[in-house]
Amino acid sequence: MRLTPPEVDHIALLARLDLSPAERERAGAELSQILDHFEQLKELDTEGVEPTSHVLPVVNVLRHDEARPGLSREAALSNAPEQAGGMFQVPRVVEAE
Amino acid sequence: MSLIELSAYQLTQQIKNKKSSCREIVDEFLERIDDVEERVKAFVTVLPEEARRRADLLDKRLQSGEDIGPLGGVPVAVKDLLCTRGLRTTCSSRMLENFVAPYDAHVVERLAADGAITIGKANMDEFAMGSSTENSAFFPTRNPWDLGRVPGGSSGGSTAAVAALEAPLALGSDTGGSIRQPAAYCGCVGMKPTYGLVSRYGLIAFASSLDQIGPVTNDVRDAALLLQTIAGHDRRDTTSINRPLPDYLSALTGDIKGLRVGVPREFFAQGVEGYVSDAVRKAIDKLCELGAEAVEVSMPTTEYALATYYIIAPSEASSNLARYDGVQYGLRRHEPGDDIIAMLSKTRAAGFGHEVQHRILIGTHALSSGFYDAYYSKAQKVRTLIRRDFEKAFEQCDVLATPTAPTVAFELGAKTDDPFAMKLADVCTIPVNMAGLPAISLPCGLHDGLPIGLQLIGNLLDESTILRAAHAYEQATEWHKQRAELTKK
Repeated sequence: MRLTPPEVDHIALLARLDLSPAERERAGAELSQILDHFEQLKELDTEGVEPTSHVLPVVNVLRHDEARPGLSREAALSNAPEQAGGMFQVPRVVEAE
Repeated sequence: MSLIELSAYQLTQQIKNKKSSCREIVDEFLERIDDVEERVKAFVTVLPEEARRRADLLDKRLQSGEDIGPLGGVPVAVKDLLCTRGLRTTCSSRMLENFVAPYDAHVVERLAADGAITIGKANMDEFAMGSSTENSAFFPTRNPWDLGRVPGGSSGGSTAAVAALEAPLALGSDTGGSIRQPAAYCGCVGMKPTYGLVSRYGLIAFASSLDQIGPVTNDVRDAALLLQTIAGHDRRDTTSINRPLPDYLSALTGDIKGLRVGVPREFFAQGVEGYVSDAVRKAIDKLCELGAEAVEVSMPTTEYALATYYIIAPSEASSNLARYDGVQYGLRRHEPGDDIIAMLSKTRAAGFGHEVQHRILIGTHALSSGFYDAYYSKAQKVRTLIRRDFEKAFEQCDVLATPTAPTVAFELGAKTDDPFAMKLADVCTIPVNMAGLPAISLPCGLHDGLPIGLQLIGNLLDESTILRAAHAYEQATEWHKQRAELTKK
């Protein structure tokens, strides 16, 4: 299965990866190759088979709704690439009117 | 015998009997690192000041009569995807090159509580994606048995450090074989515990339904010792199993009479070299000499495990790695006027290496609208079939014996241009992660002077039986006493 350049562009956008034209070319070829390997699974009949998302029969692990100590603001911000006024700083997300 | 040649267990005895101080032990290992690290390159970060300070502290506590714990004074190399508070934790990625963890991983807390000394952060394939440690963004690690070859991966720094006697113990993580395959390549013992036995709190996530932390050591007793420290319930990981732990050291009885050893024929196909099959079959014969009984079993879904893994693991990775957005931590790239999507996309393209980007793209596609049923959902159903194969096999046997890897360690650069050839290195280990089972790799032979690994797979939460079988085999053979020469062959 050969992915088209617009399909590769779409995947790269969803993944938030800014690929150069050469990288797009390579990604398209490599992805197409791995998708061919996935075709092998079609040989198996999985009609009526339950999916396994986790091997343990553990569901809905709850805890009491009690406050516990967490990271201080200073610690939480200590690795931030950009911060201002005790907050993480990001580019403008909402356009000004 | 110098201190670096002793096992962790022997080192704890040495300290208990006041023959050595913690400081002497740490100094010897740091000296060894100084001598060989230029050749091996096992560590992203070595921690001489921290390790010495901690050794002195432990020595003081010893002098005042305190018990310093079952790993008291033993140095440990910690794979660099386990968070260490106040210390750089890089995942061998440009994305996290300057990340200083604000808290300790659960296993790092457990190590400290039991008296171990973190001596360095071990190199790895970036975000644990790879089978050779060549995907480290910083440098490749060398195999101590032949410096021209890879140590395996992704925990190649951990296994190389132990094989080169730079540390007696190491922690790795295993998503599709990332502890066992490099342990086989480096002639170490490597163990992946049952999924949920060891808390993943503070482990930088790759594929959350498969990732598990485990020990890397030079013998089976040390693996049991280290497992005892890191296993156990932790409420901060909701997949952590809450039940009493067995005493793993007391499982090492040496007695395997009547043990049923399953031999799944499909694990001896799939490109497994003749010299590997021969060594593993000889190991099975040895187990039988010791009183075990071999049973042929069949696991027909095995050949589909690789394709299943390469849907499930990248899918989970694409979701887990969405957190690297240049906002809260890690690298950030943007130019004036960039909007948020441009910032995210430039940051991620600059911070992730090729293999990581490749797997994010696979996972993004597999989870995207219109493809989910054909790929992810289908793979999860095949995962059920793989589990059923194991369930059926364990009706007939107590452990399964297989090769750990289809070949011995390959040369640096040999497979970097052929990604699928690289993935075949994990063909014997991946099915185990799919089923969440425990497995151990231990040395069972040499080919052209390079180690071959025997994999013993156990039933869910039956670490004790594989440790017992591995220990009995080790007691009856000499492979684990062979040491790497740290030369280029």
